[in-house]
Amino acid sequence: MDLLSNKWIINLIFCLFFTASLSGDVGVLHVLESEANLDWVLQNGPNPPYMVILDSTLFTRSVMMKLKTGSSRVAGVVVVAPSSNPAEGFSPHTTCPNENSGVYSESYDPALAHCNVTKWNPLGNGLSYEEYDFPMFSLKDDNDTQAIKQCYYDHNHVVNGSSPRYPLCAMQLYSHMSAVTDTATCMRRNGINFSLNPETVCDPLGDFNVLASTRPLNYTDKGHKTGESVVIAAARLDSRSFFFDIAPGAESAASGFVTLLAAAHALRNATQDAQPNRTILYAFFQGETFDYIGSSRLVYDMDNKQFPLDLDNVHSVVEIGQVGLHGESKLWVHTDPVSRRNSSVNEEVEKLIRNLNSSALNLSLSLQEPSFSQPLPPSSFQRFLRARPIPGVVIQNHNSSFTNRYYESMYDNAEYLNMSYPPNLTPEEQLEYVTDAAKALTEVATIVARALYTQAGGSDPIQLKNINADSQMVTQMLYGFLVKSNNSWFQQMVPSDFAIHLRDRPTNFYVGVTQQHSEPTLLVQYLLANLTGTTVNITQDNCQNQREDEDDKESKHIYSYMWVQGAAPPNSTERVAFCVRSTVRLSKALSPAFDLEEYTSKDYSTWTESRWKSIKGRIFLVASHELEMLTLGVGVAVLIASLMLTYIISSKADILFSSGREPTAATY
Amino acid sequence: MTAAVFFGCTFIAFGPAIALFLFTIAREPLRVIFLIAGAFFWLVSLLLSSLVWFISVQISNKESAAQQKGLLIFGVVLSVLLQETFRFAYYKLLKKANEGLLTLSQEETMPISIRQLAYVSGLGFGFMSGAFSVVNILADSAGPGTVGIHGDSQHYFLSSAFMTMAIILLHMFWGVVFFDACEKQRWWAVGAVVISHLLVSCLTFQNPEYVASLVPTYVILFLMGVWAFYSAGGSLRNLKLCLTCKDKDLLLANHRPR
Repeated sequence: MDLLSNKWIINLIFCLFFTASLSGDVGVLHVLESEANLDWVLQNGPNPPYMVILDSTLFTRSVMMKLKTGSSRVAGVVVVAPSSNPAEGFSPHTTCPNENSGVYSESYDPALAHCNVTKWNPLGNGLSYEEYDFPMFSLKDDNDTQAIKQCYYDHNHVVNGSSPRYPLCAMQLYSHMSAVTDTATCMRRNGINFSLNPETVCDPLGDFNVLASTRPLNYTDKGHKTGESVVIAAARLDSRSFFFDIAPGAESAASGFVTLLAAAHALRNATQDAQPNRTILYAFFQGETFDYIGSSRLVYDMDNKQFPLDLDNVHSVVEIGQVGLHGESKLWVHTDPVSRRNSSVNEEVEKLIRNLNSSALNLSLSLQEPSFSQPLPPSSFQRFLRARPIPGVVIQNHNSSFTNRYYESMYDNAEYLNMSYPPNLTPEEQLEYVTDAAKALTEVATIVARALYTQAGGSDPIQLKNINADSQMVTQMLYGFLVKSNNSWFQQMVPSDFAIHLRDRPTNFYVGVTQQHSEPTLLVQYLLANLTGTTVNITQDNCQNQREDEDDKESKHIYSYMWVQGAAPPNSTERVAFCVRSTVRLSKALSPAFDLEEYTSKDYSTWTESRWKSIKGRIFLVASHELEMLTLGVGVAVLIASLMLTYIISSKADILFSSGREPTAATY
Repeated sequence: MTAAVFFGCTFIAFGPAIALFLFTIAREPLRVIFLIAGAFFWLVSLLLSSLVWFISVQISNKESAAQQKGLLIFGVVLSVLLQETFRFAYYKLLKKANEGLLTLSQEETMPISIRQLAYVSGLGFGFMSGAFSVVNILADSAGPGTVGIHGDSQHYFLSSAFMTMAIILLHMFWGVVFFDACEKQRWWAVGAVVISHLLVSCLTFQNPEYVASLVPTYVILFLMGVWAFYSAGGSLRNLKLCLTCKDKDLLLANHRPR
């Protein structure tokens, strides 16, 4: 059985969790046929608690809310994931994502707060943000799931409202979560030292942001850097879904950062020889789904002299949001109306939009601003605006509400992005095949790269024309992140100790807890290093020690060196490894609330994840309560009867066994 | 199937054995020692038979179901024969021990009679045999489910417990009859014990037809019980006296110094 459960993720304001008992929850199986059938589970059924099996069509808000209210009779819920995406869309996120952690609050502009102008995610049913008193698991629709349903039909199914007879088919789900109530309580409990081994019950969500710059930055020199003017090119790295371990995030995350990676590669040559005036900082933010963990941390670090730049060094921000194109040829450029009321900011923003439009000349895509005054969609740029009115744009594929029908759900996958491969291709051939999705994203990447070049002050028109994203690279990246990360291209670009972690399934974009490195962060780090860095001819020892030669003590503050596996030349099987020098850095993406120990903070993300023990499930038959009690009764009766009988016999033993009594001892 | 079934089956399987232990053995240290020694002898016999079983399974053809079934029957028969051999060995050992104890002790009569030894050793065999039969099943019965998802009968736990109770009592009866027969050199009785043990073990091949295996076992249990009662010195007259409570007078009338 392939089980995916929902981990217990809690926040101060949103307590979404599942209570599950330590020994596992047992419930009689019930396959829900329709919403009306819920009456059996909630009222009429004679053998509560029930373990409800739902097909994905019934996994809706109304069914879940009804199950939630009747949770004393519900032992757990199992959702059978379909093999193809539901046509009508499904999004367990809220209708207004990151409502309270962006820039639009009552103080900024009350008319724009709380999605008053545009509901960004209209299909959102908010299921991910509810509290449930029972565990919820997801199962793939395979043979094991068929066996489970068959067990129900054999033993539990009734017709015409009669009661099913024991023994009944039941299921037990183990998913004990240690955390309680909310983040503040949970973090407080972490600190209690009653025993020799204080038990941590929850951990903050977070990971690392991946950063790189066209000019190297000295990371020991923190704070404002005079004369430095930086253009930030941002994208988000993470996504989520209702269930743990399956967050394909194709359009909500991958479309954006793959485009930025391709743009960074396209800009490599242009920014190496004749550097434009301004530095371009490529920023891939982690944890944006959970109230902007990564971007809020970077802004905090910049504001508090924990970063080699500060917010006064930032000239403008270009963010790539959801840019998957499904046959359209238009992209939308979103800006913040409030900061544009300032004329100097407005001028810079208009210049930026002109740059973007001129970069799109002679290409098949066009860029347009939304026709009416609208706030920014949920984006990392909002956190920058909270600190300073910086000019910037967010590029999206939607005019007002999201066109993504599967925002932050398990259906936001390669199939949704129209990554279709011709049949009968080997994995290697699929890796190389340029899909339509890849072609579209390549165009976007070219536009972004050229716009960044111009924005950074580059003025050579020949250089500009030569900036082109590589569609081969884009399709390989899309394949690696959304179909299979264990492929030959990724294998070449990672160090050998990470290569064994590459898997034969799509990447999971859930940010996870700070202690656990998430796979996409590391993959993007290695990719960015290979795509923007240079190969240097130094020994493995020097490379792994972050130095050019034995006496070099300075390079490690500016560059980072990676010893990657490389490819095997055609005639042999031994990989030729080499050293890549780049300006790629990881910067900690942990919400400032945890460093400041303000667990009830309204300014920063306070999401944590509960610790959990093993997650598993099993099915078996259960006997009726009466039979169990009967067995106990018979046992007690046998015990008492034998005690009495033995007492009687042993007290009369002399009489009973008197004939043939032993004569004197010597005979035997 | 939860704690109720666990305790119910434990009491069924070990109820009589616990009662016997509490009332007849627990207070006499010598009997406890011989009980445990008896259990140990049974354990050694099982070890030997499992060694043979393990080797023969490794060299056999694991694919052929018929061969595996044949191997199982062979294993059961071998185990029964080994158990009875060890019972005989224990008897010989106890005889020698008794003579030794007698020469060492100050008293004139033996501290424990061969008849009591027969009972105690039989019960020891029974305890250990019952434990091995049923402890794993009891551990599983404590879980939330019951047998049956692959189509087997859901009375597995209950019938295993009853079978174990029968086996424990049978071992006790066999012990008594066996030692008595060895004392009196009645080898046909020894053979009858071995044959009835084989019969009971082979009846378990009827499972999962629990009725077909349990009912004959209980019939054999009753018959062996009667035989053991007579071997131990009981008689119908004694039984009638006991039941009609005339025993008190009899005791006084037959009172003699021990």
